[in-house]
Amino acid sequence: MEIIQLLLDGFLVALEPTNLFLVIIGCAVGLFIGAMPGLGSVNGVAILLPVTFIVPPTSAIIFLAAIYYGAMYGGAVSSIMLGIPGASTAVATTFDGRPLAVQGKADMALVAAAVASFAGGTISVILFTAFAPPLAHVALAFGSAEEFALMLLAFGTFIGLGGDDIPKTIFSILIGLVLSAVGLDVLSGQPRLIFGDIPGFFHGINFLVLAIGIYGIGEILWTIESSRGEVQVSQAVVTVRRIIDSLKQMGKSIKTVIMGSFVGYFVGLLPAAGATPGSIMAYGFAKTMSKDPDSYGKGNVDGVAAPESANNAASTGSMLPMLTLGIPGSPTTAILLGGMVIWGLEPGPRLFVDQTEFVWGLIASLYVANFFSVVLNVAFIPLFIWVLKLPFTILAPVIFVLCVVGGYAPTQDMHDVWLMLIFGVVGYLMRKLDYPMAPMVLAIVLGPLAESSLRQALLQSEGSLMVFIERPISGPIMGVALLLFLLPVFKAIKAKLTNSKGEVNAASGG
Amino acid sequence: MRRAELIMAIVLAIFSAYLMWKSTELPIGWIPEEGPGGGAFPFWLSTGMLLSCLWIIWRWFRRVTPQSRSNLPYFDSQSATLIGLVAVALTAMIGSIHWIGVYGAIPFFFIFYMKFIGRHSWLQTSAFAIGAPVVTFFFFEIMLHITLPKGETEPLFYPLYDLFL
Repeated sequence: MEIIQLLLDGFLVALEPTNLFLVIIGCAVGLFIGAMPGLGSVNGVAILLPVTFIVPPTSAIIFLAAIYYGAMYGGAVSSIMLGIPGASTAVATTFDGRPLAVQGKADMALVAAAVASFAGGTISVILFTAFAPPLAHVALAFGSAEEFALMLLAFGTFIGLGGDDIPKTIFSILIGLVLSAVGLDVLSGQPRLIFGDIPGFFHGINFLVLAIGIYGIGEILWTIESSRGEVQVSQAVVTVRRIIDSLKQMGKSIKTVIMGSFVGYFVGLLPAAGATPGSIMAYGFAKTMSKDPDSYGKGNVDGVAAPESANNAASTGSMLPMLTLGIPGSPTTAILLGGMVIWGLEPGPRLFVDQTEFVWGLIASLYVANFFSVVLNVAFIPLFIWVLKLPFTILAPVIFVLCVVGGYAPTQDMHDVWLMLIFGVVGYLMRKLDYPMAPMVLAIVLGPLAESSLRQALLQSEGSLMVFIERPISGPIMGVALLLFLLPVFKAIKAKLTNSKGEVNAASGG
Repeated sequence: MRRAELIMAIVLAIFSAYLMWKSTELPIGWIPEEGPGGGAFPFWLSTGMLLSCLWIIWRWFRRVTPQSRSNLPYFDSQSATLIGLVAVALTAMIGSIHWIGVYGAIPFFFIFYMKFIGRHSWLQTSAFAIGAPVVTFFFFEIMLHITLPKGETEPLFYPLYDLFL
């Protein structure tokens, strides 16, 4: 019952005129950012975080969470209309969304995406409301050893489950952590890693500089290179009658939507996973469970509903570890976490105790954002189609200018703008060679906390590493983290075994 | 692609070694009563970076990754020209902010990008070249009270400050 009371208080915060206004604007902005090819929630949140400094932290996070949410809805639009995913989270939506659009049923696919997103969002927010407080309560008992173990777990999931090249993933995590160590040493106060004695490095490298560099400049360079070909926009006829008909048809997809929501939510909880694998897994499950799996990929509405419910559910899921443990579940939540530090809040389990208004205001705003996203989404369909026809040579300079101004605003130092450009270009060159970028952004956000928890734990134990293994909570977490680090090794051994077995069979058979 | 993979790994390995050396400016060992020294965290992490670069290079020799087997160019000439142009334009824009300020640099950037890369009409180009700085000014300077760099153009803004701030 206490939860319901807190949630109601949260609604009072979320429905304050300023916050309500910010939710609506955030959803609308998110929808457009999500709908633009190449840009997703992480780009929108990274580029727009600097403009939130004028409002109080609660309003700021409500605005950014609304962008996050809106972008999950919007991603489907370009997947369906252009056949290019608006963001990686909407890749699975193209599988059936595009064929539907080609068959002239774009409106049906868009409505299915919107309704599934709404259902996914709602189911996951309810799960979130139920799970978050108990988890935060348990986390209150965490000391520095547990904190460090959790971070190791977060990095372990990238290595074990991220699916990227292992040494490149490790490199990406480590360089993010080293970059976070630039500036003044937190414990001794001495300057450290001041490259070329440039004074700009004394205030450290702001995570936003890296995030805007990679997700703003790097991403646009990537899109410029990959989308040189002309993009074909599908025509869509949208009438109220057709929308109502599509809504009626959605009744058949209820089972798929519920399944997608649960898969998305629980996959979203994992730090390395998030919405992209969540939506692809949900698509896979829907296809396996279906009575007619052959119709998938040829324009089955369930093939749109499953990934779209999952990616919205995952975006809520990834906020759970961010709010309760201070460990982000996705690159977007990593940036939100960094934002909290800038706004003067201390992320971690104490947030639920010390900042109830902030936490519950955010949770309630998710319910509100969910409602407005679905309304705006359906209402804006014609506008989306117009914007998507804007050539990229107009969008790109607009986004570049936003990046430059956004990179300057937080510290008001041109040094950071140059650094952002370097990160953007180098990040783009590395990404072309499959170096994953998300672990780096996560690491620069978690770096300061990882270092201080490690050093404090070691100081308390007088240098003995056993402190991480002996304690009742950190021990098992360390065990799981270790398993995740070793997972690729097991996989490699298994692959080798099956390979040699195959060879033996082939030899005996031949 | 194959050559690029090796060059990138070598460059990153050198950078890692530089970071290791740079970290030793602070103590990297154990300081009694204080715990690990200030340089320990970055030192051991950059050691890990160096090791993972060596691992990447080893895998390159064994042709494990798709890049290390690929004969495709890292950049084809068309995208190299395009990306190069964009990167130079961005660098020039950021560089010129020091001199003519944000409000001088943005219009030039739009004119270059939209007219010469995008080949849009002068009408469209000038709409963005004039509209973007105006919107930026009202949003950042007036609404958010964030002063953007103006370089030599600073005196031109005094009347605007008087009017709005």
